[in-house]
Amino acid sequence: MTSYSQLDEQSRPTFSNLASQAKRRLAELGRRQPVRSGPELSERLASQGFSRRDFMKWSVAMTAALSLPAKFAPLTARAAEMLNRIPVIWLHMASCTGCSESFIRSEAPTLDTLLFDHISLEFHDTLMAASGWQAEENLASAQENHRGNYLLIVEGAIPTADNGIHMTTGPLAHTGMEVCRQAAEGAMAVFAFGSCSSFGGVQAAYPNPSGAKALSKIINKPVINIPGCPPSEKNMVGSLLHFILFGTLPALDLYNRPRWSYGMRVHDLCERRGRFDAGEFVERFGDEGAKLGYCLYKVGCKGPYTFNNCSRQKFNQFTSWPVQAGHGCMGCSEPDFWDVMAPLVEPRKDRLYRTVLWGRGADATADNIGLGVLTAAAVGIGAHAVYSVIKGNFRNPPPPVAEPKKKAPEKPEEAKAKNTDTTAKNA
Amino acid sequence: MAAQRIVVDPITRIEGHLRMEVMVDDNNVIQDAYASSTLWRGIELILKGRDPRDAGLLTQRICGVCTYSHYRVSIEAVENALGITPPYNAILTRTMMSQALFLHDHVVHFYHLHGLDWCDITRALEADPRRASDLAFKYADVPIATGADELTAVQARLKGFVEEGHLGPFANAYWGHNTYHFTPEQNLIVLSHYLKALEVQRNAAQMMAIFGAKQPHPQSLVVGGVTCVMDLLNPNRLGEYLTKFDEITDFVNRAYYADVKMAAEAYIGEDSVLKGSGVQNFISARDFQISHNEWLFDSGMVLNGDLGQAHDVDEEKITEEVTHSWYRDDESRHPYQGKNEPEYTGFLDGETMQGPAKILDEAGKYSWVKAPRYDGRVMEVGPLAQMLVGYARGNEKVRTVVDNFLGETGVPVPALFSTLGRTAGRMLQTKLIADHGKTTLLNLVENLKVDQETCAPYVIDNNREYQGRALGDVPRGILGHWVRIKDGVIDNYQCVVPTTWNASPMDAAGQHGPYEAALIGTRLADPNQPLEIIRTIHSFDPCLACAVHVMDYQGNELANYRVEPGR
Repeated sequence: MTSYSQLDEQSRPTFSNLASQAKRRLAELGRRQPVRSGPELSERLASQGFSRRDFMKWSVAMTAALSLPAKFAPLTARAAEMLNRIPVIWLHMASCTGCSESFIRSEAPTLDTLLFDHISLEFHDTLMAASGWQAEENLASAQENHRGNYLLIVEGAIPTADNGIHMTTGPLAHTGMEVCRQAAEGAMAVFAFGSCSSFGGVQAAYPNPSGAKALSKIINKPVINIPGCPPSEKNMVGSLLHFILFGTLPALDLYNRPRWSYGMRVHDLCERRGRFDAGEFVERFGDEGAKLGYCLYKVGCKGPYTFNNCSRQKFNQFTSWPVQAGHGCMGCSEPDFWDVMAPLVEPRKDRLYRTVLWGRGADATADNIGLGVLTAAAVGIGAHAVYSVIKGNFRNPPPPVAEPKKKAPEKPEEAKAKNTDTTAKNA
Repeated sequence: MAAQRIVVDPITRIEGHLRMEVMVDDNNVIQDAYASSTLWRGIELILKGRDPRDAGLLTQRICGVCTYSHYRVSIEAVENALGITPPYNAILTRTMMSQALFLHDHVVHFYHLHGLDWCDITRALEADPRRASDLAFKYADVPIATGADELTAVQARLKGFVEEGHLGPFANAYWGHNTYHFTPEQNLIVLSHYLKALEVQRNAAQMMAIFGAKQPHPQSLVVGGVTCVMDLLNPNRLGEYLTKFDEITDFVNRAYYADVKMAAEAYIGEDSVLKGSGVQNFISARDFQISHNEWLFDSGMVLNGDLGQAHDVDEEKITEEVTHSWYRDDESRHPYQGKNEPEYTGFLDGETMQGPAKILDEAGKYSWVKAPRYDGRVMEVGPLAQMLVGYARGNEKVRTVVDNFLGETGVPVPALFSTLGRTAGRMLQTKLIADHGKTTLLNLVENLKVDQETCAPYVIDNNREYQGRALGDVPRGILGHWVRIKDGVIDNYQCVVPTTWNASPMDAAGQHGPYEAALIGTRLADPNQPLEIIRTIHSFDPCLACAVHVMDYQGNELANYRVEPGR
């Protein structure tokens, strides 16, 4: 059985087709034996004082986060119920554990529901009770018993210098590379949670002393990247639900990021976007403009170059996000952002850095923005501008966003980027 | 029979990758112990040549659990180098974020990382929920999440779980181990709090995010001050912080404090938790500024377990050496003069009690963690160290919480130098913050009425050289960052991190680090289930990603170094 079922060409364009596909998939999962027996999620929720209505409210919010129309909400709810059908193995490589920390902040279903009652988390360094030989046993038996059926989540980059000796684990001192490769082999789908696992992250920043690499560079399977430092809990939980709903790779961009969460620039729906358009900028942290909520571009905001949904979904259950806290985005869901976006508190202007796509990251247009040209058309920071450089492998219909207003004129370099995008990926 | 070796790798429920090895005699008493970190990332090397203003965000990625700690201390080190004093508002805001961090981190540690070392959840099945509900009043005036109805529901959930025969994350732990001492009712209470704490920690994280943008990895500090001025000037946001602060401190008082009291009562006869402190020297730094002239945490040292006297810290006496660490150069040096090149020698093939495994070469090098020492002494750091130093300094606030706890539990002072003491010390530090954290907010509100400065202006002169450092006391203990800036970029950077002190390997003099020393002399009830090792190591709250770091001061290329397997 292949890991991902194929979609026929005709099923692509409409939401109805997509919905029937999800229904078929959920019905199939529904017939599958849960990894654990016990009551279904709805009963569990009810027994904990969550009404069906609470659960549906959550489903609607999650559906919106997944860029699906509202009619998918019942399917999202059903997908959450199916989580107990799929065992999960979560590995830690060279990481700071921030992604796990972010994951356990997930709001609803509350973590205890997710963790204890539903997701079958077979292995997770930070949370599991077993240690040492017993922990090794758990990992081996999960891989054996659920071969071909488990989801693999990897957090952290994989040190590869000198055969990966910079990270070993277990009584037999296996390297991180060995552990990942083995776990990936029997996995039904592979997720890289966080920028380290997706792109190498902080340890892969220049000069990358341990030869840290993205998961996708060391295994031979498609990897769904959920970058961010850390990614919001919504993006992580959502990616699992998406997989359960459709059983396919979601529509991915150039960097294998799901388009439902990484399809738009942080800048596109930024709460301070009006200030940018009006030319009102914070010149120095703590100045009068900062008190009035002016745009943070001049003090280093990388929102125009960064694809993520922070400006819509925020963090910690909508508590805040960097721009709201007056700091500006640092581009943490882009490849090599520590090098590409630095200095983090200065505007990028026309500066080019040691980076992918000749310094343009995923976006071939934003670099050319000068602050002198602030008319809306010339700015060209619409979400549509990037579509030209994204790999054309979308299997989902485009999200129901407003029609693009005006397409920025394409420059010769962009055309070049378009032609080479598949090979230049995070080189 | 010769001593036999036991390997525990991975130690789970910690941050990072840690291996412990011990040698036990015929009676299963630990004769020798070795701690090894098995991951190296080279963060400090990466800092070299970067804009000093980026150091905070980058060093924050050393750790996502004690997130914010490195961010703040790094920014303070750069401020120290550039001669910047941040505005009072910024100082208090940073403290408010520290409060949120401690309240989050310590609660998560006790329940989700350390709790299962004390609580045998499978035994909670035998509990009578009504009796457990009554029992909860013994440890708290107004208990929380321990009503008979709630406990019955918790037990039913657990029952379903166990009957399925599929324990998920709870599978294959050391359940039934004979050093678990809670009664079934007590286990049920802790399990209920374990679940409740999952909600509480989410609120604590939101509390940090109000002024920090997000948690983990907040993003609202900059060199010079803080950026969250709009949130500070918004009364709603201040109110939100206060509400969450109250909610979490309520849990600390009614659950965390009570459960540690209960543990003290249940475990007071258990040797393996009363031993557990091989090192009797403790060091801490001043931190936690709550007003113009008051800090909750004191700087100082307690030596040889003598609480009668606190000693001053002379930073010049802090050195690091690498005799048993995977680096070249075996001389001990001050952080500024250190010179290190990785020299990985790998593991040996060996025999352990559980069969053949890769084992540490303790005669040679065996860890990525270096060995910091103070004036040649091994020092333990962390909340216990902080509380002991505060106590020895005569800090009234610290004395009050410590004396109250000792009075209520009847635990004698010497028992603090132990695994139990470390766990209690962490709870008491949380209590200290819960009792006094509101002062910070009130002082901030007062000051904002007359002063709205949040960030000091400054310039970096590219033709000047700067050198600075900051020492703070973060959830796992004393943290120091040293920075030198030249040509406007970082010329060198060095962190001396809490877990580096605690997880350090032996030094040239053969002195064991605190983890190792804490285990020596402990008897294992069952060598196949080394719960005593896990419990004692967890009581330090290890954070291994933090502990491993190296800076190459001489500009040498570190890309290539020799590997000598089976050396």
